[in-house]
Amino acid sequence: MSLEATVQLTLGALALDMEVGIEEGEVVALLGPNGAGKTTLLRAIAGLVPLESGHVRLDGRVLEDTASGEYIPTERRPIGVVFQDYLLFPHLSVLDNVAFGLRSRGTRPREAYDRAAQWLDRVGLRSYAKAKPGALSGGQRQRVALARALAPDPRLLLLDEPLAALDATTRAEVRRDLKHHLASFPGLRLVVTHDPLEAAALADRLVVMEHGRLVQTGTPAEVTEHPRSQYVADLVGVNLMRGQADQGSVRLANGPMVAAAGAESGDVFAVVHPRAVALYRQRPEGSPRNVWPGRITGIDLMGGRVRVRIGGELPVVAEVTQAALRELGLEEGGEVWLSFKATEVGVYPA
Amino acid sequence: MRRERVPIVVVALAAIGAAFFILPLLALVVRSPWGDAVKALTAPETIEALKLSLIASLSATAVGLVLGVPLAWVFARVAFPGRSLLRALTTLPMVLPPVVGGIALLLAFGRRGLVGSWLDSTFGITLPFTTAGVVMAETFVAMPFLIITVEAGLRSMDRRYEEAARTLGAKRWTVFTRVTLPLIGPSLFAGAVLCWARALGEFGATITFAGNFPGVTQTMPLAVYLLLETNQEASYILSLVLLLISLLFLIALRHRWLGSA
Repeated sequence: MSLEATVQLTLGALALDMEVGIEEGEVVALLGPNGAGKTTLLRAIAGLVPLESGHVRLDGRVLEDTASGEYIPTERRPIGVVFQDYLLFPHLSVLDNVAFGLRSRGTRPREAYDRAAQWLDRVGLRSYAKAKPGALSGGQRQRVALARALAPDPRLLLLDEPLAALDATTRAEVRRDLKHHLASFPGLRLVVTHDPLEAAALADRLVVMEHGRLVQTGTPAEVTEHPRSQYVADLVGVNLMRGQADQGSVRLANGPMVAAAGAESGDVFAVVHPRAVALYRQRPEGSPRNVWPGRITGIDLMGGRVRVRIGGELPVVAEVTQAALRELGLEEGGEVWLSFKATEVGVYPA
Repeated sequence: MRRERVPIVVVALAAIGAAFFILPLLALVVRSPWGDAVKALTAPETIEALKLSLIASLSATAVGLVLGVPLAWVFARVAFPGRSLLRALTTLPMVLPPVVGGIALLLAFGRRGLVGSWLDSTFGITLPFTTAGVVMAETFVAMPFLIITVEAGLRSMDRRYEEAARTLGAKRWTVFTRVTLPLIGPSLFAGAVLCWARALGEFGATITFAGNFPGVTQTMPLAVYLLLETNQEASYILSLVLLLISLLFLIALRHRWLGSA
């Protein structure tokens, strides 16, 4: 690992206990809900929050180690940061903002401004060199922030919710640009985000965290196929269950037994896609092994389809068409039967 | 579009409040003997007093900036036991009668004062009844205005800009001069103007600690007060001059730095 960080600290209600690494050439996304401690972890790697215990190593060089007491201050770490609301210096011109890092690190003014101008060229904002950040649009500010962080040539680039400050219409375009710039940066890259789409679009590997702890890590495909937490399952939009497998079935922690074709033994996760869940007014008779009564607790429209949340012994989300919903006359609070085939249940070890 | 109705009681009270300030200033303009204006203004004593006032008040502001900004920074950024007490002590001159401040300065820096006797015997430095004494008296009374304004500015600024600067490799001094100071610029400026204005008008502490020697310690307010007994007309003219200087400074600087509101 080119970056290795083991971070333990408490900050208010947050107890952070995380380990994160980045391989050479990798873009890693740190994904998690608000308050999971993503930003704090990023700040700890940058040296802006002291560790209670742990270490941060970059290419084998110790940036901080509570065991040995070593600590390299933020300004001497080869790390560039793009902050969530960019934090461009409002009193400096765009060019001065981009040249700031080079000037602070002792580059001669002439060369610093030349290189800053080249960076503005790269992000397509040369003509705004003399403007103040306040005169720029959100997307332009983001590009200036990126140029400012990259100009001093850092080894590691940290981005904190780089698209969160933008409105939905510009976000897709800025994301495309950002992906392009991230690809052309040769160092290590860590992106903090709460948006799974953004994470999947930008990163080679996801690190999912919740409540200050690691939940899951893997490529976007691995994570979406095998969610290991309710949070990820909700993001991906599947029903996640956990229990003990026993020859063709899974006994869930709270009691019910779910028939699952692939189940053998041990502690497992089981997922069922909402599309695989069928709904009935009366108890159905047929091949599906899993048949459960329930009560509708919510109905969400999603384009032409409808997601029906069902409470009961086995809480499940089902996805049906609007026509089906109308024909069955289903509404919130109504009783319903649901079923899915044992072969539709994906099982993998917990 | 209908205009919002303005409550009449508020307007009436506001008018009385405004009149309270405008009437005395108007009286000064109306009652001043304009015929003697040129003579009074060009009198050597007037010019000396005016020069001394400007030099002393600007020096007091400079001292205030050099010592007051670090003090404000410590109050805003460093937590230490007794901070509240120290802050109260350094802002005490704002509420202390200036004459009392002058007496306290004498007891500390006078020839027989706590520090003054040592300064006198070791270095041969005498502060009271000198121009330096005027600057000290004015600084003592005026610097608290700068301290509290700058501290408020430091407290309300977004410190994450300083963090951003650090991630760009800026050391403490660079962060302070290139990020912190510019970001608190408006507070710094407002504090300096308040400090200067208070120093320009200083009377009680100055006359107590520095005395009233023409050309050495006699500032404009002192000259105005003494002329009131010997030559009333001239004192009116000098008052008017002080008023105009203050007004011009306020208008010009406010426009340049804070934008016209």
